[in-house]
Amino acid sequence: MTDSKYFTTTKKGEIFELKAELNSDKKEKKKEAVKKVIASMTVGKDVSALFPDVVNCMQTDNLELKKLVYLYLMNYAKSQPDMAIMAVNTFVKDCEDPNPLIRALAVRTMGCIRVDKITEYLCEPLRKCLKDEDPYVRKTAAVCVAKLHDINAQLVEDQGFLDTLKDLISDSNPMVVANAVAALSEIAESHPNSNLLDLNPQTINKLLTALNECTEWGQIFILDCLANYTPRDDRESQSICERVTPRLSHANSAVVLSAVKVLMKFMEMLPKDLDYYGTLLKKLAPPLVTLLSAEPELQYVALRNINLIVQRRPEILKHEMKVFFVKYNDPIYVKLEKLDIMIRLASQANIAQVLAELKEYATEVDVDFVRKAVRAIGRCAIKVEQSAERCVSTLLDLIQTKVNYVVQEAIVVIKDIFRKYPNKYESVIATLCENLDSLDEPEARAAMIWIVGEYAERIDNADELLESFLEGFHDESTQVQLQLLTAIVKLFLKKPTETQELVQQVLSLATQDSDNPDLRDRGYIYWRLLSTDPVAAKEVVLAEKPLISEETDLIEPTLLEELICHIGTLASVYHKPPSAFVEGSRGVQHKRLPGSAGSGESVESPDPGAAATETPPAVIPSQGDLLGDLLNLDLTPTTTTGPPPPTTSGMQMGAMDLLSGGLDSLLGGDIGGNPAMGAAFGAAPATMPASFNAPGSGGLDDLFDLGGGVGMPMGALNPPKAVWLPAMKAKGLEISGVFVRRAGVIQMEMTLTNKAMSVMTDFAIQFNRNSFGLAPAGPLQILTPLSPNQSIEPLNNLQVAVKNNIDVFYFSCQYPISMLFVEDGKMERQVFLATWKDIPNDNESQFQIKDCHLNSDAASNKLQSSNIFTIAKRTVEGQDMLYQSMKLTNGIWVLAELRVQAGNPNYTVSSVALAIGPIINQNGFENGFTNQAL
Amino acid sequence: MIGGLFIYNHKGEVLISRVYRDDIGNAVDAFRVNVIHARQQVRSPVTNIARTSFLHVKRSNIWLAAATKQNVNATMVFEFLYKMCDVMAAYFGKISEENVKNNFVLIYELLDEILDFGYPQNSETGALKTFITHSNTVVTGQIGWRREGIKYRRNELFLDVLESVNLLMSPQGQVLSAHVSGRVVMKSYLSGMPECKFGMNDKIVIDKQGKGGGSEDVAKSGKQSIAIDDCTFHQCVRLSKFDTERSISFIPPDGDYELMRYRTTKDIILPFRVIPLVREVGRTRLEVKVVIKSNFKSSLLAQKIEVRIPTPLTTSGVQLICMKGKAKYKASENAIVWKVKRMAGMKESQISAEIELLPTNDKKKWARPPISMNFEVPFAPSGLKVRYLKVFEPKLNYSDHDVIKWVRYIGRSGIYETRC
Repeated sequence: MTDSKYFTTTKKGEIFELKAELNSDKKEKKKEAVKKVIASMTVGKDVSALFPDVVNCMQTDNLELKKLVYLYLMNYAKSQPDMAIMAVNTFVKDCEDPNPLIRALAVRTMGCIRVDKITEYLCEPLRKCLKDEDPYVRKTAAVCVAKLHDINAQLVEDQGFLDTLKDLISDSNPMVVANAVAALSEIAESHPNSNLLDLNPQTINKLLTALNECTEWGQIFILDCLANYTPRDDRESQSICERVTPRLSHANSAVVLSAVKVLMKFMEMLPKDLDYYGTLLKKLAPPLVTLLSAEPELQYVALRNINLIVQRRPEILKHEMKVFFVKYNDPIYVKLEKLDIMIRLASQANIAQVLAELKEYATEVDVDFVRKAVRAIGRCAIKVEQSAERCVSTLLDLIQTKVNYVVQEAIVVIKDIFRKYPNKYESVIATLCENLDSLDEPEARAAMIWIVGEYAERIDNADELLESFLEGFHDESTQVQLQLLTAIVKLFLKKPTETQELVQQVLSLATQDSDNPDLRDRGYIYWRLLSTDPVAAKEVVLAEKPLISEETDLIEPTLLEELICHIGTLASVYHKPPSAFVEGSRGVQHKRLPGSAGSGESVESPDPGAAATETPPAVIPSQGDLLGDLLNLDLTPTTTTGPPPPTTSGMQMGAMDLLSGGLDSLLGGDIGGNPAMGAAFGAAPATMPASFNAPGSGGLDDLFDLGGGVGMPMGALNPPKAVWLPAMKAKGLEISGVFVRRAGVIQMEMTLTNKAMSVMTDFAIQFNRNSFGLAPAGPLQILTPLSPNQSIEPLNNLQVAVKNNIDVFYFSCQYPISMLFVEDGKMERQVFLATWKDIPNDNESQFQIKDCHLNSDAASNKLQSSNIFTIAKRTVEGQDMLYQSMKLTNGIWVLAELRVQAGNPNYTVSSVALAIGPIINQNGFENGFTNQAL
Repeated sequence: MIGGLFIYNHKGEVLISRVYRDDIGNAVDAFRVNVIHARQQVRSPVTNIARTSFLHVKRSNIWLAAATKQNVNATMVFEFLYKMCDVMAAYFGKISEENVKNNFVLIYELLDEILDFGYPQNSETGALKTFITHSNTVVTGQIGWRREGIKYRRNELFLDVLESVNLLMSPQGQVLSAHVSGRVVMKSYLSGMPECKFGMNDKIVIDKQGKGGGSEDVAKSGKQSIAIDDCTFHQCVRLSKFDTERSISFIPPDGDYELMRYRTTKDIILPFRVIPLVREVGRTRLEVKVVIKSNFKSSLLAQKIEVRIPTPLTTSGVQLICMKGKAKYKASENAIVWKVKRMAGMKESQISAEIELLPTNDKKKWARPPISMNFEVPFAPSGLKVRYLKVFEPKLNYSDHDVIKWVRYIGRSGIYETRC
């Protein structure tokens, strides 16, 4: 029997003929006709006109015919909803059929008829089928609930199908369990907060039991569901891992990868010193390697995932370099992915082998692959210092091949190598210059020009070389034009006498004849720089460049964590979060890895409130920008000492935090290099949310922690700068800064760093309305080292906008409250006493300062340098009581009692705040502040 | 989950189109236009077109594509597409346009059964045949891969150990990478619900037994045991039991199936060694000499030996001399193909070729693809040996020694290459 003849009927009037055949009395003829209809439907012909005739064939005992009619129904019911109702009766009847195959077929098909009117008729049969005695029917019904939910979610909830579905998780048949899990997972995905898949140790146990018995596909559903669970502790985590590891030997790669996902996630919770942790790591490598002998498409998915796994846990595959060697017959997409992983795994131990391979690849035919191989050699040089020399000589060999794209690619990577190892390999410049003429790609031309400009003093005919590029200046791409401009300016600064003409030529080309604003702006900057202050120009243009980092193309850590939770899925193939390519509510929920053992914080809490307390992710500034950093402006030449600052997250802090959050920053005042400080730094962000419960704890703490800074001048706290605006968020502009109080004036010191390719100009600064009415005292002046002064009255969160030629950037930062303590904050004794008594008790708050090993006098001295004055001192029962006052810039007084017990490093502070005198009521801070007990 | 599944011929004409979810829109055409008819060669098996993801595989001239809007388990989709091919092949043989068209009703029926709302369901051919051959038996038992009530007059089973040995060797004869990927394929014709146990010379098992048993046992078998890097099993094998006891026990499906796959990298017997010698004589001549040495017991015979020596694109003429077999220069494949029907172990043979080249100005160097080799040998290059396969069926009256068992070893070349 051949069905292909059905594909060939193309004559006119065929619909009419079919109609006649469908209504024929002969069963065989009917069946033939339906087959023809389906064939036409497949190739895209519209056969919806036959709807009533086809539906008439539905009442039949012939299962094959029935299935064909159902297929037709599924396709056309939507276009003919009223007619589709005609089919309902047959469905309902079929759901009662003694044959389980027919019952299942009916319920399966009914779910596929996506017509609203039909759904209500579907409910009763579905309810019956969910409790059917035959597991085949039950497993089909379970999926049908998901179908129905897709059409009418409300109906499913109202009819209580979700509860029935949940009950099926305890079904005796593993296939039913698997389908129920799949259906529930899908429904839960569209209701992120529904808590529908209520995973608890009991259900997890049931799932793990079913895992051993169900089909390969069912195992995937269950494992994918398990991956969403967060175990309560490391012990539970370990026991689940133990029961999941046998899956690593499954023949189905999807089962293996889903098991890897569960293990990678739960492993986060295991303590690293545990024996089991090491065993698990060892067990993960062989199955991952085995995936590479699967079919090429699966290899591709596996390699994309291995790329993620290697970034998260390099130790798993570090000895498996050889399996990633490219085979001659691998499809190109496998080859490219393997190269990526080879570079990630390259280390001193295997670099010789890797290089030999890469050299081999560089002679292949596929242009993309060859380019990537050449680039990979450069990356090896940058990553493994010991191999740099060999890499460079390999690259030179490749340049000798004169294959155009190989040469160009080699020059681009050699430029990076120069950046990483300055003054080491410049001897090769001569060879590079020989190939100048063959370069036709912008990136290679730009790289070559950069090299010539950078090493102009060592290249005798640098001016000629650059001049040759200048001829077709306007035909070049922007990248090359900018590079050429900079290179010629560099050349001029190095050899001013003979290149004056050249520089004038390029400046006029860039500024007068160009339409490109970037180019014009850069041209003008150079022009003005050169004409006003050549020395400054030299400092700017020839500034020392920061080294480039070893690892490139790393995925940003929070994204990596999310992708690890999506191992095996499309997200891990695209290396993008699901929200980037999935529409609607699905995939919006970001998954994260659970916290490590002992930290006690469960990150993946279903509680929506938890989201509010999450700290914003720290963004790692990208170092990948190789052409950047040409202009590295450091506006304040202050030297910063002490440990590196933590990234200040722009968190909104309530007034409650004034003391704790604010004084936290005084941590930075540890000039003496107290070793304890490093630890305190790390803890700082963590104490912030906690301080809602214990206001002020950890606040004054830091004031005392001034360690060995005895010799420092009064009031000259000089904390290190924190990054306020990372370059990633501001198109290359990085702002770090700090607030200091000098000679009674509050200063905001900022370092603006240009990490972008182009010049930044037109800077301006503005502060948002803030509680203490802070405003810049003068405009932001760039190129003259100046820290703008402000008159300050703060509640210590400040939102700042900085503008330049590119955009306006917003960030927020916190200034330490101690900035606001004025020098005349010493209260008279009598007044102090009277005030102290007058203040109601509920204005008072208490907290402890831990681990402060100063006696009361030393503490008092220390505090005085921050304008906290000791008014009186009393000793009761071996306790020193210090009474202190401070005054804020707006006239608010804060009084404090400090209890110091000899030998006890913990201080107790009770403090009260009150307002005396004129309250500057301009920014509404009054309400927020005076009512707060500090 | 999978939103739709399409099968196209090489021209991009739709042969099968089954849509499970409406959200994918007009995906059938999108895939044809953007992938099958794309100007450039497709560089990835996963494509995203207008926020719909397409995952495709190709079998000869036939494209199979799955479309989805969601973040599906991509590994599962590919595994499913392969499984789909297997199932179709089991029903009607080779997957060709002809066969797909001839069986389109059957394919729709299959798709209805093995993919429900985009979720793969039971796809074991053995079990499927009970759904889709119109018999009215009860179908979903506790195990999905075997139906009940199977009876044979003669209980028989066949075991094939099929290995493919892969090698990448440097011109100097240094092994750059070598591994064996093996499969144990079983044909079982057994009655009832037999419980089987399979044993092989796995180093971990032998060592464990060695500790418990006598020392003589170790001496006898210790040498012959092999270290298996990793193995994967058919879903019938109880994985948790393998994990804890490393024993392979299962109730087999009826008929043909693949019991396990494994991979080894240690102590591989490389059946052949290829020694290339390439000499460039001037700009227009190339002298190539290739020696092959067989490296196994002289009583065994290797078959279907084929050595493929790539030649430059500018080859104008080739002269060949070989001691054994037949050699031919195939201009269309840019290679010299040397075929030897049989070769015993511990022998050596060689071919020499003089290649005339057209003089060119092209600076591009010839990439010198590796010399590849094909062969078949009657042993397992990994050294794997089947120790036993025990069958227990307590409910029926046949015992282990009533079952007729056959074991066969075949070693084939996988990617067996030597750079020159």
